[in-house]
Amino acid sequence: MLEVRGLAKRFGGVVAVDDVSLQVAAGEIHALIGPNGAGKTTIIAQLAGSLYPDSGEILFLEQDLTRTPLHVRVKAGLARSYQITSIFRRFTVLDNLALAVQARSGSSLSFWRPVAAERALFDEARSIADEIGLHEKEDALAANLAHGEQRALEVGLALATRPKLVLLDEPMAGMGPEESQRVIALIQRIRARVTVLLVEHDMDAVFRLADRISVLVSGRLIATDFPEKIRMNREVRRAYLGDEIAA
Amino acid sequence: MKRNVILLVVTAAFPLLMDLTNQQFYIGFGTRVLIYAMAAASLNLVLGYGGMVSFGHAAFFGAGAYIVGILAVEGLRSAWITWPAAVATAAAAALVIGALSLRTRGVYFIMITLAFAQMMYYVFVSLKAYGGDDGLSMPGRSTLGFGLDLAHDLTWYYVVLALLAAVLYLLHRLVHSRFGRVIEAIRENETRAAAIGYPVYGYKLLCFVISGAIAGLAGALIANQASYVSPGILHWIQSGTLMIMVILGGVGRFWGGPIGAAVLLALEETLSGSDLLGPYALHWQLPVGAILLAIVLFAPQGIAGLAAKKRHA
Repeated sequence: MLEVRGLAKRFGGVVAVDDVSLQVAAGEIHALIGPNGAGKTTIIAQLAGSLYPDSGEILFLEQDLTRTPLHVRVKAGLARSYQITSIFRRFTVLDNLALAVQARSGSSLSFWRPVAAERALFDEARSIADEIGLHEKEDALAANLAHGEQRALEVGLALATRPKLVLLDEPMAGMGPEESQRVIALIQRIRARVTVLLVEHDMDAVFRLADRISVLVSGRLIATDFPEKIRMNREVRRAYLGDEIAA
Repeated sequence: MKRNVILLVVTAAFPLLMDLTNQQFYIGFGTRVLIYAMAAASLNLVLGYGGMVSFGHAAFFGAGAYIVGILAVEGLRSAWITWPAAVATAAAAALVIGALSLRTRGVYFIMITLAFAQMMYYVFVSLKAYGGDDGLSMPGRSTLGFGLDLAHDLTWYYVVLALLAAVLYLLHRLVHSRFGRVIEAIRENETRAAAIGYPVYGYKLLCFVISGAIAGLAGALIANQASYVSPGILHWIQSGTLMIMVILGGVGRFWGGPIGAAVLLALEETLSGSDLLGPYALHWQLPVGAILLAIVLFAPQGIAGLAAKKRHA
């Protein structure tokens, strides 16, 4: 579904991403792990179109998207969520989601009809609110939600674009164990219809969810394999996982 | 809805009342308020709803005014031709200025819109054929037909009021439409708006052009108000005045522009006359500045925001 070849990005003299090649197959949950500063978010940004790579290619559903702008990739079915929560804070939960639904259903060059009268948008927004567990917070301002709820909305915004592949950048960042469980359950539910590329530091979640794992260290991919193989991989253990995970 | 009807009745009754009480001077003042209400509302669309701090809105206001002025001097006075021409010219100017300025953000956007407006100001100052820095006197107000004589101040007032009502209705539909939602979303979080699939630049540019077009219409009216256009209308102080109106009335509040225009012009009118301040009237801007400061500090949502808060309390 997604094929990345020889991706590279430098910031000044710093090589953030160095010759990364990666494939994500349709239907899988592919985790991208690695220590802080390894370049995971830089890769996500390039895949989503927030950043353009210095070199390399990004193919999505056989389309070359390497230099395609962010909003066009969303239309092609490639959406992202952010590590640092990025929502419409002065909109309600429902308005946040309806806005994302609106982006892909019909033209938004409509200047006359009140958007509030569009039942279909809000019905779909409601079903997404249900799915991400914000059913009871529909009318709350996004700014007033608890941290875990804002993280759920963050993921919900990406899902509302109805992507074929969703890039989730640390969806569980800053969450307690109970909230994390809810996100794990959510990802398990959506996997039937969405392919997932997951960046996450919560190794428990990664090993429970991922079909395959890629390990990034200092901008280079050092391994891509099934979870049990990654667990045993010497280089990965030395560079990142340590011994306690393997035990 | 009920409040809007009351507002319409009051604004419609105002000039009749002034006429009856022999204070015709205030009919002209009222018309000026209505025209500035339109200009400030257009600025509020980009500034308040779109989050684009345009410091060059006088460019579109002035472009509309000059087109009407120049065409009138050249003998073309039909409102049916010159006013649409003013709107189209202002929209075209907004398209060019917006296309370039919207590639920048924050302070750079403020400065570049200011720079474009100042460029236009100097163009018209040096345009000797049309008055240069003396300004341009028109042979009279535009002609409308239908037996309506715009030179008659009462008729003129009602034509302006009708146009303002139409523009405000249009803006009201617009900010509550799909397009309006997207514009507000871009103001809230531009990156995320792009990340859920909106071509942000295009939406901002379109918003900028619509706003410029409305400012152009207001410009066409202000030219007619005194049948005179001065390059001062393009000066950055004019952009600042419109901005003060919006801030005073309420940034991103629907009635922010009109309220701000009415309050600022009323303050100017009362404070600059010698009735209230006597010899100090010369410095009327000082108390206005103090009031603006108080609004910014204590009511950042402007007067419209203050009123809304009171209603909710």
